Amino acid sequence: MEGVDRPLETRELNVSMGPQHPSTHGVLRLVLELDGETVVKCTPYVGYLHRGVEKLAEGMTYLQALPLTDRLDYISSMSNNVGYCLAVERLFGIEAPDRAKFIRTMVCEMTRISSHIIWIATHALDLGAMTVFLYSFREREWLLDLFEKLCGARLTVSYPRIGGVRNDVSQEFLDSLYEFTEQFPEKIEEYETLIDQNRIWLGRTKGIGVISAEEAINWGLSGPVLRGSGVDYDVRKRFPYDAYDRVEFDVPIGKNGDVYDRYRCRMEELRQSNRIIRQCIERMPRGPVMAPDAAKFTLPPKERVLADMESLIHHFVLITKGPMAAPEGEMYVATEVPKGELGFYIVSDGTGKPYRMRVRAPSFVHASLLPRLCEGSLVADVVANIGTIDIVLGECDR
Amino acid sequence: MEPLEIAERIKERFPEEVVAVSEFRGQVSVTIRKGRVVEICRWLHDEPELRFDFLKDLCGVDYLGRKPVRFEVVYTLYSMRHRHMIRLKAEVGEDDPSIDSVVPVWIGAGWHERECYDMYGIAFNGHPDLRRILMPEDWEGHPLRKDYPEKGPEREWQGFREVLDKAEKLKEFSWKE
Repeated sequence: MEGVDRPLETRELNVSMGPQHPSTHGVLRLVLELDGETVVKCTPYVGYLHRGVEKLAEGMTYLQALPLTDRLDYISSMSNNVGYCLAVERLFGIEAPDRAKFIRTMVCEMTRISSHIIWIATHALDLGAMTVFLYSFREREWLLDLFEKLCGARLTVSYPRIGGVRNDVSQEFLDSLYEFTEQFPEKIEEYETLIDQNRIWLGRTKGIGVISAEEAINWGLSGPVLRGSGVDYDVRKRFPYDAYDRVEFDVPIGKNGDVYDRYRCRMEELRQSNRIIRQCIERMPRGPVMAPDAAKFTLPPKERVLADMESLIHHFVLITKGPMAAPEGEMYVATEVPKGELGFYIVSDGTGKPYRMRVRAPSFVHASLLPRLCEGSLVADVVANIGTIDIVLGECDR
Repeated sequence: MEPLEIAERIKERFPEEVVAVSEFRGQVSVTIRKGRVVEICRWLHDEPELRFDFLKDLCGVDYLGRKPVRFEVVYTLYSMRHRHMIRLKAEVGEDDPSIDSVVPVWIGAGWHERECYDMYGIAFNGHPDLRRILMPEDWEGHPLRKDYPEKGPEREWQGFREVLDKAEKLKEFSWKE
């Protein structure tokens, strides 16, 4: 027993968490300085997934830049597309027809459900509740199959177009989606039964990662992360776009601003999204799904290009010259995506290409919050904090 | 408050600083000189009738070839209480690409400013941690500048070679039949 006489030596430990780590939800790297179990300093490193979307868009026409936006937040690609299309539409001063608006609202909410489902699945998995993962991916599969039925793609959809949507929805699709909305509330209850009363879950979420309302606003947070702190800010209510002013829904708001309240907010949002989808299906008007002057913005269907000359000319002009020149000006348009506020700031110099396309990504802002949440907390709570801000690194790094 | 009214208020309070006010489809931009940007932001944040407490976005724009100011730093502001929005554009010249940091006013500006520095090479004075954020730290050039080639620099980035060499070296540990 020699070692006992010597004084116990302690020193701070540097841990590099990520970029390959299952609970960082992508390629996020955190360098943690630990003093025992406490995090003294946390430094996030992002940029591993930087593809230069903003630079690429500057060399593309408005039409070509659309598929780039899917790849930002790849698990809610539909909302990204809609956000981009809205920004370009406002820049050009056109508006999608009513039916397209309802379709867009509907698919955006489908995306919100599928994104929140992934979030609850992985967040619970990180915190040690594995069963939720298995349950919730069952519903996600259903939604992805519906997306496939709608536009042929499951993940990167590129379904909305500038001035409307790519194709009309079939009655069969709507029936299938309606059946989903009838069954989904029960499934939410299933997830909640698994974790709501779970002592470990409550212990690991209540009072962790607390952020006050004033601080949350000052940090520029948005979406459920902001609403969990009790700030009533939802882009869908404050700046209604598409058909959000014609459907009824509530905005759930938390109180304490901890991990648990943000969890409650998102679970409640699942119910509200379900409600919106039902209303969209019930109230969907008949009519066209593309704006009348859409030929100036969107490629005509392939079968028509091969059959009639006018479409062929449109196709040729759109590919070679791009959509008609945008008016000179600048536009900031925000939409409420599952992660928070997604803003597109487009500067136009009067040509067919964006002079500057800035993507205000919610995940980027939320990732910057990590040091604030993690410093002073226990190392085990780092995982809870990463999960609760719900970041997607594709969007963070762009 | 209507956006044009807000622009008038800014003009009244800082007559020397405001260069231009422009409107496009209901969105108003106020172009200002960069000298007193923090003071203007602090005033916009604190003034009870304005209360711009939410920095929606901060980004740079490069107008290559425009004289005398090449860059703009764009602040998109919003008020949670009064529900109004305004866009501030601070002019930054090419010969001295720097501007004061607004982190003391909105702490969330920190990463946006780092990105702006990374992409445009605009230095933010007084920023607590001004480093590159999306590009590697030893990267040369600022990618979003208009004179930066879209296909990337001529010379390969040093770190890329290192990664390839390392991957080659680690092959000896790969699974062998």
